[in-house]
Amino acid sequence: MNKTNQKMSAEDIEALLPWYAAGTLEPREADEVEAALAADMELARRLELVREEMTEAILLNEALGVPSARVMENLFKAIDKERKIARPPVRGGLGWLTDLFTPRAFAFAAGAAVIVIMLQAGVIAKLVLQDRAETGSSFETASAPTPATRGFEIGSFALVRFAPQASIADISRFLDSRDAVIVDGPRPGGPGGMYRVRVARTYVSKDELDRLVKEFQSSSNLVTMAVPTE
Amino acid sequence: MQVLFARHQVRVYRFVLRLVGNQAVAEDLISEVFLDVWRQADRFEGRSAVSTWLLAIARFKALSSMRRKPDEELDDEMAGAIEDASDDPEVAVQKKDKGAALRKCLEVLSAEHREVIDLVYYHEKSVEEVAEIVGIPEATVKTRMFYARKRLSELLKAAGIDRGWP
Repeated sequence: MNKTNQKMSAEDIEALLPWYAAGTLEPREADEVEAALAADMELARRLELVREEMTEAILLNEALGVPSARVMENLFKAIDKERKIARPPVRGGLGWLTDLFTPRAFAFAAGAAVIVIMLQAGVIAKLVLQDRAETGSSFETASAPTPATRGFEIGSFALVRFAPQASIADISRFLDSRDAVIVDGPRPGGPGGMYRVRVARTYVSKDELDRLVKEFQSSSNLVTMAVPTE
Repeated sequence: MQVLFARHQVRVYRFVLRLVGNQAVAEDLISEVFLDVWRQADRFEGRSAVSTWLLAIARFKALSSMRRKPDEELDDEMAGAIEDASDDPEVAVQKKDKGAALRKCLEVLSAEHREVIDLVYYHEKSVEEVAEIVGIPEATVKTRMFYARKRLSELLKAAGIDRGWP
């Protein structure tokens, strides 16, 4: 990364396009890339190529499935076995984690994990709902199973990443204008975060969903990426 | 720890699966990854994101596992190890499905190129984080990403899709 105040070359800027599209650049670098994009149509076209690649890379990885319950069972057995042999002395860092890996704590933690994840989702839902209330919108999310959010499991959906600089108010207005609703997210693992968004109230064909999602993405610069999902 | 496992197991699994190309092996490896995390919890200094630390351990485990099997190398052939009944890039193009063709080309990139593309696009890792996970300088990360994308364009062109770049 260019950490000095000197301007980046055109080559440097082009090399950063994948990270710009993924929303993982430092704000200063992102600003420089944005300025270059505004002045260079060809660079903007190349950013679209990057976004195509990113969309398909995400779809490819999402299609890989999830690990089976065997993983957790094996892990638990291995930890239990090691604990029986010798309890390792642990200091500092994440050392407290070893104490959480007793069989009883493991079972308890499973429940706690669900609560934490639901709380996280709830905070997002609250943020969005609060903003909607301020702007007089009737927007609601289905991040938590409340009566107000019931029914959002029906429809057609997309995985969406919003621009890092997009405010909750901007996103809310945009979703309102498209009759779209955030139903889940953000997915863990990255700073950008992907949300599952209902883009149509009914189930639509694959072609129609592709068209809707493309339109969804192109209709606002608040959306940096959108891909159809189940 | 359970929260950590719940939050990261799927992504770590997918990262490893893309490297080793075998679901059973990938599952065994992620058990080992989280077991190592439990064992080495005191070594985590919080200088990087937990997900970055996990992916670095996972990568090391995956490469070590592949070195234990001399008949399995970290090369282009590993892409074929993942069972895939989808069309090849040319057929996908004939069916006018550009997305499918792109995915197919992503699958046949070299392991080195797949890895950097996955880390940047799917795992949302910064230049600095990719450098930490892969163990290469930041400048090399950018160069490798550029060549991975260039190779992708070449594969697409060979399949009949000219993107006009590079």
